[in-house]
Amino acid sequence: MSGFLQNTFNGLVGGAFYALLALGLAVIFGMLRVVNFAHGALYMLGAFGAYVLLAEAGVPFWAALVIMPLALGLLGMVLERAVIHRLTRLDPLYNFLLTFGLTLILQDLVKSRYGIQSSPYATPTELSGSVDFGLFDFPTYRVFILGFTVLLCVGVWWVLGRTRVGMVVRAATERPELTRAFGIDVGKWVTPVFGFGIALAGLAGVLAAPMRAVNPLMGADLIIVVFAVVVIGGLGSIFGSVAAGFGIGLIQAWGEAYLSDFPIVSQTVVFVVMAAVLLWRPAGLFGREEAPA
Amino acid sequence: MTSAVDTPADAARPAAPSGLVAVARAPGWVRYALLAVGLLVAFWLPNGLYPAVAVDILCWALFAVSVDLLLGFTGLMSFGHAAFWGTSAYVTGLVAIHAGLPFPAAVLAGALAAALLALPIGYLAVKRAGIYFAMVTLAFAQMVYYVANEWRSVTQGENGLQGVPRSFFGADLSDDYYFYYAILPIVLLGLLAAWRIVHSPFGRVLVGIRDNPARARALGYPVHRYKLTAFVLSGFLAGLGGGLFAVGHRFVSLDVLHWTTSGKAVIVVVLGGIGTLWGGVLGAALVVRLEDLLSFSGFEAIGLVTGGIFVLVVLLFRRGIWGSVAALALRWRRRS
Repeated sequence: MSGFLQNTFNGLVGGAFYALLALGLAVIFGMLRVVNFAHGALYMLGAFGAYVLLAEAGVPFWAALVIMPLALGLLGMVLERAVIHRLTRLDPLYNFLLTFGLTLILQDLVKSRYGIQSSPYATPTELSGSVDFGLFDFPTYRVFILGFTVLLCVGVWWVLGRTRVGMVVRAATERPELTRAFGIDVGKWVTPVFGFGIALAGLAGVLAAPMRAVNPLMGADLIIVVFAVVVIGGLGSIFGSVAAGFGIGLIQAWGEAYLSDFPIVSQTVVFVVMAAVLLWRPAGLFGREEAPA
Repeated sequence: MTSAVDTPADAARPAAPSGLVAVARAPGWVRYALLAVGLLVAFWLPNGLYPAVAVDILCWALFAVSVDLLLGFTGLMSFGHAAFWGTSAYVTGLVAIHAGLPFPAAVLAGALAAALLALPIGYLAVKRAGIYFAMVTLAFAQMVYYVANEWRSVTQGENGLQGVPRSFFGADLSDDYYFYYAILPIVLLGLLAAWRIVHSPFGRVLVGIRDNPARARALGYPVHRYKLTAFVLSGFLAGLGGGLFAVGHRFVSLDVLHWTTSGKAVIVVVLGGIGTLWGGVLGAALVVRLEDLLSFSGFEAIGLVTGGIFVLVVLLFRRGIWGSVAALALRWRRRS
């Protein structure tokens, strides 16, 4: 029983990263119809930034947790204004290709400066050790990640559901033409929303730094799994993307624990689930069927 | 089962008036002259370049044309074509090593394996269109990559398959110069097949589906089945290229299945011109040659350059080389 809870907990922590990245992707997609391939590279920049800040300037984890999302959010807004903006009126495939190119550039920039070996990042002392839950204990840092992510998701949910900004974003996500027809200036929210989505990726990166190997390629493989996650959840649905993120994290952790003889299972289970969802509900579990063409 | 999940706005559309149209409207002598020039260049190539680079160009030309068959003529952007290129490379390598067949037979086995793999992946992927199609194919290709990475007893994992032979009825093809001429007929056959597909009634239906899936469906065409057929044919062609690539390098590494390979194939097509078929061949020649120059000059960060090309092409040069030239020619002909 305690083993099962342990695995479940680890699955939720792993899922928290998927959820944060999928949330950013979904918000950006909703507002701009852009699937941001560079999301993984920006997550990597978040982790690398935290590492460089600590190693070269002695900036602690807590400061990095604020600095990196802000810096990357700003970078995201610059990217949106400078290049992505020019292609949003065209087929979304062009921005997919553009951000793919950006991914290669960002990865190689980091790689040529720091090499491809992984860099260690110490867990902040306040969060080292473990928390005793009676039946089992968990590393404090993982408890922190899970709590922090859940709080963040709830916060985003509150902003989307209860504020005027959120209303505009939701309306623009669900019915872009109709929202414009009501005279709401969707355009002025586009850049900040893009920046916000990127900031979430940066935040996930900083959170990952003490837990995962920090290297230039850490984001690339992850983002492809996150793509599968958002196909499963339905990219148009913000809730669906987050739920699918946690769900896939759980399934992966259980697969890793109970099918440990087949390491391939935990790596590929997300794609198998995606295949099943495509067969059963092609629009994604929480996706809305769009009017047939 | 739902049939259409994505609005037509999501479907891929070429950025330019199809280069195909321009060429098709060109007078007969222009087309024959272009064909003659193309064939002459193909026969001359290993005399002007390193033969090994020329071999790579041929393989990538097939790969690019296979991607354009989907992207340019069916309106589907596959971002996972490395799955077919790479699977064929491994199967070809394994068949050549263990069965000792002449290399064309091994390549054919590889291409058939790729087509077989394209069947289930295509069946699932064509349920979505537009950007989702790209994400789904990318995800399945990554799955194939993970499987190849884990299945070390067969693929040798990160060491790669070493010593893929170039056996051909006792002929000595160890020199890349002669190997180039040995594979040229196969590549030309593959390109001819792509040309035939595009200009067949089947190909016309594909273009109709690209331009207006709803109307194609209303006219009674089984859109999904057409897309799937195109996907499998494209997988076969990509496999043909991948198999030749494996024999050409005498070595198969996991790189052939990596997502960067899929992405590179797409950008080669965009650079050459989406929906122009031969533009992909040009794009392949340029990118392969450029990468060779870079690695020869000891430049490490190749991704910086390929990524930069990606960004510039997508921002400034969406018609691609062939598409731009064709559009210019069309305008010039209209004026005169």
